[in-house]
Amino acid sequence: MTTPPILRIENLRVESRKSVLLDDVSITLAKGEVLGIIGESGAGKSTLALSSMLLMRPGCRVTAGSVELCGQPLIGLPQAALEQIRRTRVAYVAQSAAAAFNPFYRLETQITELPALSSRLGRTERHRMAAALFEELQLPDPETFGKRYPHQVSGGQLQRAMIAMALINKPELIIFDEPTTALDVTTQIEVLQLIRKIVREHDCAALYVSHDLAVVAQMADRVLVMRHGKMVEEGPTRQLVDSPQTEYARQLVSNRGHHGYAEHRGEDTPILDIRNVTAAYGAVTAVDNVSMAMAPGEVLALVGESGSGKTSLARCVAGLQTVRSGTITLQGAPLPPLVEQRSFEQRRLVQYIHQLPDLALNPRQTLREIIGRPLSFFHKLSGARREQRLAELMEAIELPVSYLDRYPSALSGGQKQRICIARSLAAEPKVLICDEITSALDPLVEESIVLLLSRLIRDENLAILFITHNLGLAARFSHNVAVMQHGKLAEFGPTAEVFETPQSAYARTLMEAVPQLDEGWLDSRRRA
Amino acid sequence: MLSRIAVIGSLCLLSAMVLAALLAPVLAPVPPNEMVYPAYAAPGPGGVLGADGLGRDMLSRVLHGMRYTLIITFAATTLAGAIGVSLAIASGLLKGWFDILVGRAFDILMSIPHIILALIVLAILGVSMTTLVFTMAVLQSSTYYRVTRPIAGDLSAMDYVEVARLRGERLGWNLFREIFPNMVPSLLAQYGLGLSSATLFISSLSFLGIGIQPPAADLGGLVRENALALSAGRFTPLVPAACIALFCLSVNGIADWLVSHFSERPES
Repeated sequence: MTTPPILRIENLRVESRKSVLLDDVSITLAKGEVLGIIGESGAGKSTLALSSMLLMRPGCRVTAGSVELCGQPLIGLPQAALEQIRRTRVAYVAQSAAAAFNPFYRLETQITELPALSSRLGRTERHRMAAALFEELQLPDPETFGKRYPHQVSGGQLQRAMIAMALINKPELIIFDEPTTALDVTTQIEVLQLIRKIVREHDCAALYVSHDLAVVAQMADRVLVMRHGKMVEEGPTRQLVDSPQTEYARQLVSNRGHHGYAEHRGEDTPILDIRNVTAAYGAVTAVDNVSMAMAPGEVLALVGESGSGKTSLARCVAGLQTVRSGTITLQGAPLPPLVEQRSFEQRRLVQYIHQLPDLALNPRQTLREIIGRPLSFFHKLSGARREQRLAELMEAIELPVSYLDRYPSALSGGQKQRICIARSLAAEPKVLICDEITSALDPLVEESIVLLLSRLIRDENLAILFITHNLGLAARFSHNVAVMQHGKLAEFGPTAEVFETPQSAYARTLMEAVPQLDEGWLDSRRRA
Repeated sequence: MLSRIAVIGSLCLLSAMVLAALLAPVLAPVPPNEMVYPAYAAPGPGGVLGADGLGRDMLSRVLHGMRYTLIITFAATTLAGAIGVSLAIASGLLKGWFDILVGRAFDILMSIPHIILALIVLAILGVSMTTLVFTMAVLQSSTYYRVTRPIAGDLSAMDYVEVARLRGERLGWNLFREIFPNMVPSLLAQYGLGLSSATLFISSLSFLGIGIQPPAADLGGLVRENALALSAGRFTPLVPAACIALFCLSVNGIADWLVSHFSERPES
């Protein structure tokens, strides 16, 4: 290579007061190249991406190594020069566009802020710049789009607007930090295609940070796998996907691969029967005439995009949301609409696990109190028998009994979700409602939770209503799938049938939008 | 480091004052209402702080005055907190008409100047320790309600409260086991502030003559009794005034420390 690389990071070490965030990391990035960075949360992905412009979170500092951007060493530069480089050479696209935009200003104003600051631009000039970019990013009605406020556009549009903001200064390096994680699959594919196009046309270098290997495989030329702040493996994308060298990378790849469908072994008589259920918030109908049934020992995956009514339906089953019409029966007996009207036994038999374990566990109660409460509440257990049952539950969720005296803050995200599972198991339920319980977890942790649940279905003969937007997970884990769109049931049937031969147009679109590891998958997708 | 000194200083000061108040009958050299010295006797062999206009020993009167002030302060603040906080959590959990009714009632209570309201209520009910404590508690509970209600709203929207609801827990469990423990840091701050404002409140009432009735006197009453001596160049009225100030300062110092200590989440 004759031209110097856009980015060269050598033996970088970043430390915070308590721990080492990056240890001996070296990357180079040539013009027009996309490097994917993949790893669990806390692996140092974002820290590394931000280090390329020497931007550190408070309390973190570089203790060794060098960072060179466009041939210019950054370490040791005065603050002003550093900021000048950040303004002109690098752009950053954050995960949550909604949090990155100021709700008080119009999109156009925010997007053109940088050039307006450096060279005094008039309003018409700024409008022209923004409109041209909106046009390029295929936003609807580019002339007037910029006049809107962030809350007036959809999540996917806002993410594209942020990419527009990144392009405004014609940067040489763009950092994409999980830019599609917060989007639905069908929106994600549009944004991914757009990012690909932008990077190719502008011929800039890009760092693409993600925890989704399939997305990275589609976006990047080379992939860097990180764990605990260290480089695990680096190589060309195809090589890494097809023949990973390290054990950790192998796990990541096999986790994404297809394992076939779960074997159906449920009984025939349904335990939970949902008939023509309609639920609404005021004038907005969230669930529209939906019917489905599930048998003991069966996992029913409820899939669909955000706003499709998955959670509303689950809350109807749990008794947190009133049903406007239709009936829900448990073991043949109709369930009263609200949990307050349900019998002791009915409340015990249906248990609900929330999406975010952080909010579902009281930070001021020990695990013993958290798991022990349903034991004493539903089963009137106390003393030695309660302790014995607590130990059994901890064993069932594969955590040491000594953890019982800890507070939730001393646990990791996956461990917290296990505690939530233990708490619902303590009631000895028949129906478990899992509302996106793995969406906040890393892929390998997610896998371990799903394995745990699979075992529990066998041992306890549970029926699980598994809400997820992760279609790959639904395919592996569930026996039946219900696809929802705009509150309606688009399709309902055995998992293999729904995934292999989807009948409805929407289910087909959804299945096709799930990122795959295969080469050229993204380019072969039709423009939506 | 500086904050450490402040906390230790506050702690020493507060415990000294509480001890002095508790042991006032033992510590006081003479009974507080007995005229033992010449009027306005200077500090010296006649008594460490001299005597007031009626020849009563100032040290004994200040010790007993502190006892009155502290008892009323702690009783009224604790009661105010209990009323305000439990109503606020119940409002946050139950919402609906209960929330509206209680919320507006406290709005009305807050809109009337407390001193004037206290004057009227005490004039009607008559002044005694009990009426004083209850009047102050009701009046001051409005600030607790205001501070706690939004926190209770946030906390009762937490998923763990929903889990308790799904289980079918009673109001009491939700109130005291799920929500209250998570409020402790903000409540401690409010309790500290409440203690100092209650001290000032009872002192003002006594200064106006509707607090503790003579011949007994709390710190505010002592300031009033001896206010005239100031113009005679005597420092005696400053002693009870300084006691009020020091009490408020030390309480705030400790409350600050408690807040920063409890804000950190419990670890194993």
